[in-house]
Amino acid sequence: MQVNKNNAAKEMAKIEITIGKIMRIGVLIAAIFMLLGIAILLITSNSGYSNNSFPTSIIAIIKGIASMKAYAFMMAGTFFLILTPVLRVIVSIYAFWKEKDMIYVYITSTVLLILFISFLIGHN
Amino acid sequence: MFVHILIFLLVGIFAGTMGAILGLGGGMIVTPVITLGVGLDIKYAIGASIIAVIATSSGSTIAFLKDDVLNLRVAMLLEIATTVGAILGAILTGVINSDILYIFFGFLLVFSSWNMLRKLRAGNEILHLTKPDKLADKFKLNSSYYDKNLKKQIDYQVEHIPLGFSIMFGAGLASGMLGIGSGAFKVMALDNAMKMPLKPSSATSNLMMGVTAAASATVYFFNGSIRPDIAVPIALGILVGATIGSRVMQVLPSKVIRATFIPVLLYLGLQMVLKGLGVL
Repeated sequence: MQVNKNNAAKEMAKIEITIGKIMRIGVLIAAIFMLLGIAILLITSNSGYSNNSFPTSIIAIIKGIASMKAYAFMMAGTFFLILTPVLRVIVSIYAFWKEKDMIYVYITSTVLLILFISFLIGHN
Repeated sequence: MFVHILIFLLVGIFAGTMGAILGLGGGMIVTPVITLGVGLDIKYAIGASIIAVIATSSGSTIAFLKDDVLNLRVAMLLEIATTVGAILGAILTGVINSDILYIFFGFLLVFSSWNMLRKLRAGNEILHLTKPDKLADKFKLNSSYYDKNLKKQIDYQVEHIPLGFSIMFGAGLASGMLGIGSGAFKVMALDNAMKMPLKPSSATSNLMMGVTAAASATVYFFNGSIRPDIAVPIALGILVGATIGSRVMQVLPSKVIRATFIPVLLYLGLQMVLKGLGVL
């Protein structure tokens, strides 16, 4: 019994460390895009857009990145950063599921569902 | 341009450090710098401050690969209340006079700073209930954390879950209606109402704020309130600051954190009341 418990605790610690690594990668990707954008901005002194405008749609951002525009990289980084808390919720569902804590699998999934609903409401 | 980026970067480092220590979003530092210091429209200040909240939250998340101070169960259970509150708040914007809301929430913060002062004077940081709370048992909310300042493992119990849930709902309403991060209300619910120790309260509030803010952030992102030249250097600064702050928080004595908290709460509360009264 004690051995089982120890194994479970060890496994949980492993899962938590994996989650920690996933979160670090997520934030790092956001930061790299932001830094690249700032670097391009400082080197070229050109945001890539006229009249202080900047891209706000995903398509415009992708197009801007393809032509190495500073603000496109910066907006992409910002968008990835916004997604990191959502990533945290998703990996938490996985952790609770691994822990066989079904109540919290449901609770955390509910949070994710409410987040999606708020995304939908926000864009109407 | 270079000077502006540098200033925002430094403001970010400061806001991130403070935000991570106290469990607040850092919006209260970022907003006045942008509106008063740089003189930009409040619209961009709100956009930058919502990014500040997320950066503080994610920055403190990645400070440790395995964060033992955070109470993930409490965070997720209460997150239901904040997110539903935030959606409802966004829908109800304009139904209730926002001046009245500012005054109400402002007084709530003033009251909670007085409560914190009482707790600081009483000196006992950790609650030990003789009778365990039924809901806390059911939802496995009682937990423990290793306090790096006291150098020992601290077990704690959580109580008044319905009250905490209600305050979190109110915090969500406030962030939906008024566009504020409402980290102060989250710490209030966890620390004042549910009697969680201050460090887990702050760490848990940090995680929750990011999740709540993510919901509204995409709206601001696509409607053009988030300006890359402002938000990006602030976010980068905050990521660095929050990683530092959450490490500092764990080694600081709880009393020091609480003593820092009291004037900040009082300031935030009075600012909201004055805003509601039309003085500010």
